[in-house]
Amino acid sequence: MKKTLFDKVWDAHVVESVENGPEILYIDKHLIHEVTSPQAFAELEQRNIPLFRKEQVVATADHNVPTQDQHLPIKDALSRKQVDMLTENCKKHGVTLYGLGHPYQGIVHVMAPELGITQPGMTMVCGDSHTSTHGAFGTIAFGIGTSQVAQVFASQCLLLSRPKTMRITVNGKLKEGVLPKDVILYIIAQLGTNSGTGYFVEYAGEVFENMSMEGRMTVCNMSIEMGARGGMIAPDETTFEYVKNREFAPKGEEFDKKVAYWKSLKTDEGATFDMEYSFNAECIAPMVTYGTNPGMGIRIHDSIPETDNPSFEKALAYMGFKKGEQLLGKTINYVFIGSCTNSRIEDFRVAAAYIIGKQKASNVNALIVPGSQQVAKQIVAEGLDKVFEEAGFEIRQSGCSACLGMNEDKIPAGEYCVSTSNRNFEGRQGPGSRTILASPLMAVATAVHGKIVDITKETELLKEAAPIM
Amino acid sequence: MEKFRKLISRAIPLPIENIDTDQIIPARFLKATNKQGFGENLFRDWRYSSDGSENADFVLNDSRFEGQILVAGNNFGCGSSREHAAWALADYGFKVVVSSYFADIFKGNALNNGLLPVQISEAFLNKLLQEIQKYPETTIEVNLEEQYIALEGTSYMEDFEIDPYKKMCMMNGYDDIDYLLTKKQAIEAFEMQRTF
Ligand code: SF4
Repeated sequence: MKKTLFDKVWDAHVVESVENGPEILYIDKHLIHEVTSPQAFAELEQRNIPLFRKEQVVATADHNVPTQDQHLPIKDALSRKQVDMLTENCKKHGVTLYGLGHPYQGIVHVMAPELGITQPGMTMVCGDSHTSTHGAFGTIAFGIGTSQVAQVFASQCLLLSRPKTMRITVNGKLKEGVLPKDVILYIIAQLGTNSGTGYFVEYAGEVFENMSMEGRMTVCNMSIEMGARGGMIAPDETTFEYVKNREFAPKGEEFDKKVAYWKSLKTDEGATFDMEYSFNAECIAPMVTYGTNPGMGIRIHDSIPETDNPSFEKALAYMGFKKGEQLLGKTINYVFIGSCTNSRIEDFRVAAAYIIGKQKASNVNALIVPGSQQVAKQIVAEGLDKVFEEAGFEIRQSGCSACLGMNEDKIPAGEYCVSTSNRNFEGRQGPGSRTILASPLMAVATAVHGKIVDITKETELLKEAAPIM
Repeated sequence: MEKFRKLISRAIPLPIENIDTDQIIPARFLKATNKQGFGENLFRDWRYSSDGSENADFVLNDSRFEGQILVAGNNFGCGSSREHAAWALADYGFKVVVSSYFADIFKGNALNNGLLPVQISEAFLNKLLQEIQKYPETTIEVNLEEQYIALEGTSYMEDFEIDPYKKMCMMNGYDDIDYLLTKKQAIEAFEMQRTF
């Protein structure tokens, strides 16, 4: 039978099927963090169950850590307690922890790929919906709830019904100034926030084949924003090159053997999907969102649609926008470049290349938050920190930061923030905050101009800013 | 987990679409390390103004409505994987959430916490919302055993679907860990025979 990439990886992990019910899926790697793990550890202890495969669990602290003075004790008592508890639980159960201050610490979806923990053909889970990021490697990776975290602790398995499959193909060549973030925002705007519910997505076509691993991670990261549990891209030379020589990647002969297997992880010619969509790369432009879910996005030169629907109107009222208007020229006081969607080294290279020799506008607070300690180190090694600082940007230490505002990094009520993160929900970046999702390039351009501009009109500058792919 | 067979209750209408988990329980309240007490901050930013006073327009503050069933707009529970959303709804006292669509992770989380997600047609959802808003005393029957939901005292009813395994778990108060632990041998055998 002809199989899809998803089928191949899934089938290789089915332990058993429950009659008339779900399948028992074996999980290769389990990532954990401070917010969604404490209750799962408590569950194990209450039931007196040992952690089954501790060497397959990796922990980091990211969601509520401060991004300043990380060497000092965390000021917020509740955050400190969560992080301390993670440390204690990991120690007690023998789990490897890259906690605050560790050179490997970072947002869980940034640090695992860069350490080579994420590899093609694996199954990976984490108590975080953006686990879909790791699908960029041809991995079945998805977010789980805390009860499921406990299940994986107890058995290294989950009970799941097999999702349906969807393929999204984008062929053609992207225009200058259009980044992977725009591609995924465009897809979600076209299909809607619940179009993917019940599905696992495969992204295919020239655009993804030509994309860097960083770009692929940005795309797969946001699969959940259309409701899909995960998204994946077939591994290829770009993938193998990225994985090779990373800390926990297989080495030497072992690596070659793996690559031979990874090469088989492709959708067979003629395999069928439950749903297929395809788009033309030329239609995609830099994107901005105007509403309170990631599906409410438009191309920079388009206008907000004139939809009559109470939920739509509620969203516009929250954002302070009107039907039919454009976002071009809107004054913006906050810019955030960070989050597991866009906080990898490439994102900062693109941003720095654009702002070299420029200044941020005086009305703007611009925050740069690297996704991991390693990214932070690389920023310094490449001298990008100087570029940002000279332009008036503030560089912080790694963590989730203003993506969800669990720590002090919040956007004040009523203020707009052009953000490279993945969610523009009401209050996501702090109570009353208004988020406009965009690419790192659109975000830096906003910071420099103090308002939303059309990056494609600055083609001269763009030539200098090496495109991300 | 508590067993669930059937519930007859009044209901609370929340006709907003795409209610995400950040609305159900905002991130700043996720710092607890146990499962209790999240009900206090359920729908926090809709329920309370920034000065902490109750927002009279929000349905949970409207004394006309009460009950253990939440009837919400399409695509309920999208967004993050935080199980805290299911804990908050359960802690507040809800046993059932009705919508025409649920996000995957939320649905799984709800079922793992004895909170029953009941997915019905858009038409029936609109009917329910209308009736409850017009007659807040309306009671609704949710019958898991026979898989239907009905407006009591009328002929309006609809069947709903649920995975047979999940139904068995809900009705008997089992959870997945109980089941997976019985499969240890098969899991170890699987690990042994893997080539990759
Ligand atoms: S950066 Fe944002 S979206 Fe990513 S894991 Fe952290 S909180 Fe979640």
